[in-house]
Amino acid sequence: MSEQAVVRINDLTVAYGEKPVLWDVDLELPEGKLIAIIGPNGAGKSTLIKATLDLIPRAAGSVEIFGRPYSEQRHLVGYVPQRGSVDWDFPTNALDVVMMGTYGQIGWFKRPGKREREWASHCLEQVGMADYANRQISQLSGGQQQRVFLARALAQNAKLYFMDEPFVGVDAMTERAIVDLLRNLRAQGKTVVVVHHDLDSAPEYFDWLVLLNVRLIAAGSFAETFTPENLTRTYGGRMQLLNQASVATEVTR
Amino acid sequence: MSSGVVIILTGVLVASACAVLGCFLVLRKMAMLTDAISHAILPGIVAAYFFAHGPNILAGFLGAAIAGLITVVLIETLQNTRRVGNESAIGIIFPAMFALGTFLVSKFFANVHLDTDAILYGNIEFSSLDVLFINGVNLGPQSLWIMGALCIINFSFVIIFYKELKLATFDPGLAATLGFSPVLIHYALMSIVSVTTVGAFTAVGAILVVALMIVPAATAYLLTDRLPRMIMLSVLVGSLSAFLGYWLAMLLDASIAGAMVSVAGVLFGLALLFSPSHGLVARWLRVEEQRNRFASEMLVVHLLNHEGSPEFASENNIHHLRQELRWSDEFTKRVLRRAHNEGLIQQRQDILELTETGRQRAQLVIAR
Repeated sequence: MSEQAVVRINDLTVAYGEKPVLWDVDLELPEGKLIAIIGPNGAGKSTLIKATLDLIPRAAGSVEIFGRPYSEQRHLVGYVPQRGSVDWDFPTNALDVVMMGTYGQIGWFKRPGKREREWASHCLEQVGMADYANRQISQLSGGQQQRVFLARALAQNAKLYFMDEPFVGVDAMTERAIVDLLRNLRAQGKTVVVVHHDLDSAPEYFDWLVLLNVRLIAAGSFAETFTPENLTRTYGGRMQLLNQASVATEVTR
Repeated sequence: MSSGVVIILTGVLVASACAVLGCFLVLRKMAMLTDAISHAILPGIVAAYFFAHGPNILAGFLGAAIAGLITVVLIETLQNTRRVGNESAIGIIFPAMFALGTFLVSKFFANVHLDTDAILYGNIEFSSLDVLFINGVNLGPQSLWIMGALCIINFSFVIIFYKELKLATFDPGLAATLGFSPVLIHYALMSIVSVTTVGAFTAVGAILVVALMIVPAATAYLLTDRLPRMIMLSVLVGSLSAFLGYWLAMLLDASIAGAMVSVAGVLFGLALLFSPSHGLVARWLRVEEQRNRFASEMLVVHLLNHEGSPEFASENNIHHLRQELRWSDEFTKRVLRRAHNEGLIQQRQDILELTETGRQRAQLVIAR
């Protein structure tokens, strides 16, 4: 498995001041899987992604993407930040936001041209947003904004995607569209790492699980890791009943 | 060139150089940081005066750029302590820097031509008198040369780095992952803002230069939803302010720089009220239209609910409606007129009845 690990994280520790947000995480993620990162609030899920992408400094440890540091592998990685991390009143339209995904390939100074425009339209079409290309982004619903963000990640044409809570605050139609998109990406042999909140839908949407609560609790296939013991260790005792309920639904499915 | 033409041209160049940067400052919510920079460059200018043994344009620019960057770094360091909020950090650093500047001026340069008044208020009135000599050749007003050069620098900066500025402003996280360092872009922008402030403050002063950066850009933001158009409009509004401001100052015999910024303020107020997309009037009309449409839909649904029922005559009596729906007489009249004009209802004496169109509309509303 170490042969095909797309992401290899060694002894990663991230701290804000003296408070560790991630504590000595060792993790290898396999290629071609849909991977969910799950844990309670403040477990360091987003931090794990951000530290992997060099967006925040690491107190210790190292990260390799396809065997090399991230700074050398940018073109292989697509990133979908939390929807709330940007100002949707920015004066631009959906197509322009999607085109931003191509900027990495274009490089400094040069402008996106006709090819990038067509590629971006194609990506918008894939998330069912072709009709909204010229719509000012503040006029889109939350779900539509999320789909624009996904289209932008598609425009990056990466082999490995990191998505920070794409399912938060979206309508059922968008949730469906995202799931279809994830499966589509997996069919193309791509790896997608998603910060996820909902324990109920996780086994259905994903095939690999990372349970996190400051420390790494467990990582592996759902069959191995989605156990009441692991979930209790992740969420603490109070979650026990809920966990058993969701495991029970998984068993009956 | 007559002095009037020189003043107007200087004003237009200052306003354009400021407005083109201002768009990004407004979108990055940095109006107060710009204000801080404009004041905090004073010690930089004093230091430049000291090291160059007198007024020297290039040393002044360098000193201001360094002072501006120091200000930004200090403010961000203070913010990172997490004990001082964003606004407080600005409020602590910029008076401190400005105080240091005033202190240095009064201590070492009390008798030379480097007074705080000129720095705060500028003197665009004299821009035609301050002439640039190189090797004894009269090249015309110095302000035109300086501001012309700054315009070229600022426009080139925004055109060359348009894509990077836009990305780092909209989504710094993505910019960083794609390898366009948002920190680098941030400091580049802050440097160029500092340099522009130095160039502009001899004309309009350190206080008004902030207004010329922020107000035209904020005006443009009210008028369009496209960044390229916002930049063009911002430059246009800035230039128009300079032009009309000069005319107003001549008319009233008042401060020219003050008049220019006042005009910019008036233009902003007009855009705030009357912008077709984001203006207050347009918003008010939209809300009113929604309210009226909703009321007439409520009316047809109410009529549909009671259609054919025994209490029909009493329920659908105009006077009963007023009580039932708690509408004012005037509002009821307006709603009835609207529903009638759209062919949704017909009135037989005091009884309201749905037309076929009205019935269909009511069913549509319920199904929604």
